Amino acid sequence: MSHYIQIAYLISAISFIYGLKMLSHPRTARNGNIIASIGMLIAIIATVSNPSGGGLNYQLILISMAIGSIIGAFFAIRVQMTQMPQLVAIFNGFGGGASALVATAEFLKSLNGTESSIPFIVSIILSVFIGTLTFTGSFIAFGKLQGIVTTKPVTFLGQQFLNTLLILIILISAYLIPTYGISSFYVIFGLSALLGILLVIPIGGADMPVVISLLNSYSGIAAAMTGFVLVETNPSAGNALIICGSLVGASGMILTKIMCKGMNRSLVNVIFGAVGGEVETSAGSSQQLNIKSYSTEEAALIFDSAEKIIIVPGYGLAVAQAQHAVRELADLLEKSGKKVFYAIHPVAGRMPGHMNVLLAEANIPYELLKDLDQINPEFEGCDVALVLGANDVVNPAARHDTTSPIYGMPILDVDKSRTVIINKRTMNPGFAGVQNELFGYDNSIMVFGDAKDMLTKLIADIKELD
Amino acid sequence: MDIAIITIFVLAIFVGFEIITKVPPTLHTPLMSGSNAISGIAIIGAILSCTDIIAGEWKMAIGCIAVIFAMINVVGGFMVTDRMLKMFKKKK
Repeated sequence: MSHYIQIAYLISAISFIYGLKMLSHPRTARNGNIIASIGMLIAIIATVSNPSGGGLNYQLILISMAIGSIIGAFFAIRVQMTQMPQLVAIFNGFGGGASALVATAEFLKSLNGTESSIPFIVSIILSVFIGTLTFTGSFIAFGKLQGIVTTKPVTFLGQQFLNTLLILIILISAYLIPTYGISSFYVIFGLSALLGILLVIPIGGADMPVVISLLNSYSGIAAAMTGFVLVETNPSAGNALIICGSLVGASGMILTKIMCKGMNRSLVNVIFGAVGGEVETSAGSSQQLNIKSYSTEEAALIFDSAEKIIIVPGYGLAVAQAQHAVRELADLLEKSGKKVFYAIHPVAGRMPGHMNVLLAEANIPYELLKDLDQINPEFEGCDVALVLGANDVVNPAARHDTTSPIYGMPILDVDKSRTVIINKRTMNPGFAGVQNELFGYDNSIMVFGDAKDMLTKLIADIKELD
Repeated sequence: MDIAIITIFVLAIFVGFEIITKVPPTLHTPLMSGSNAISGIAIIGAILSCTDIIAGEWKMAIGCIAVIFAMINVVGGFMVTDRMLKMFKKKK
């Protein structure tokens, strides 16, 4: 019988791998996700029906599963696309928390039995450490994204020292587990929770895409570690957790790397750098900017004579819920024979690929969304680049100003197009706290106002021209 | 713990790297929420920890909370991923 269960776990592992693979193309992605979810269903059924599992409390399991499913489904249905980063953050937290709790339960069981092997204890500690840290860290990330916790980096004197100290105490407690047992375990549990908070709180709002990818990876690693714990008592279940956990851990790591590259920062720098707080703004460049502010009527005239238009959406667009207005504008322009593309910076939005989801919500075909490498050569022959609520990702200072905090960050070369129309609410600098010299360029035009209001007016003005 | 388990662990990491490197940036968010749902595989461990061996005590609650947490992750993760992917349309 146990062979059947092992085969069931194998099938679910294959489903996950195949599902993830299908997620790499928009056409097959939806089926990929469904295949992965069937894999999960198979794994759950196999686990519940395992006769050698013995002594499972089915009533409690079913009730708990129902409660979890209802909560999960509720949030999945109700969440707005702009809130997706928060949702993923909190789901990550629950995943990490579940892994830590499973390891805790295994530890408590082992206290009644014979003495445990060293690899078993090490796996339990790692699982509890990473899982708990992911749990509390994710909640802080959620709080920051939701605006409950300040998005500014929170730093204090001796922060690094305190973190190091906590890790040392955790290591010592881990070493002392054979002597002090449960008390040592509680110390590890509590300090890991505290460390999760301390590691996320100094990270600024702009770095959130990196943090979410990293926590995503951690939740996978925590599951893999829990797999190592389970392998002792239930090898087939343990293997399943190891395989799936490391898949997720690896994928999270890759996304983290991509995000770091998008901001030209190392991972160490994101975690310990606390950008935004201590950055000295480059000396008074804001005064010299010669800004031309246009009305939407004047902007409409520029659009009227344009052939090729590239729209650069930033987070400001998402905040203003203007993705549908963008689509309307693009439809209007396309109807009069103009070409419209969208340039998506890797860190546009608050998580990797966030902007693509928001534009997909407005029914914008994904073929028109171009990433950095695809679109940058296109700006050369472009008539109008329309920048909507983006700032740091179009700042040419990243290319030449070595003193700028964003120097070296890959940017969208909007300044190479004939006219750049920039919509912003105010002249406030972006997340990195730097003024944008692009706004003062000869080919730059500013149209101030809320993205949605501005686009609605612009659409009306363009219609009037026809 | 024998070396075979470590082998599985390392190979799975390589598989993860290989699959994910090819995902276009457009799909990064659904990928993240989908892989997040897969990390809910901890549900297996959570179910197994709901045994009567630790029942009758507050410790039983640990297993139940683990099941709830993992299930939020699994059901919520897959559902929201599907909701997102439904929106990705080709140009007509």
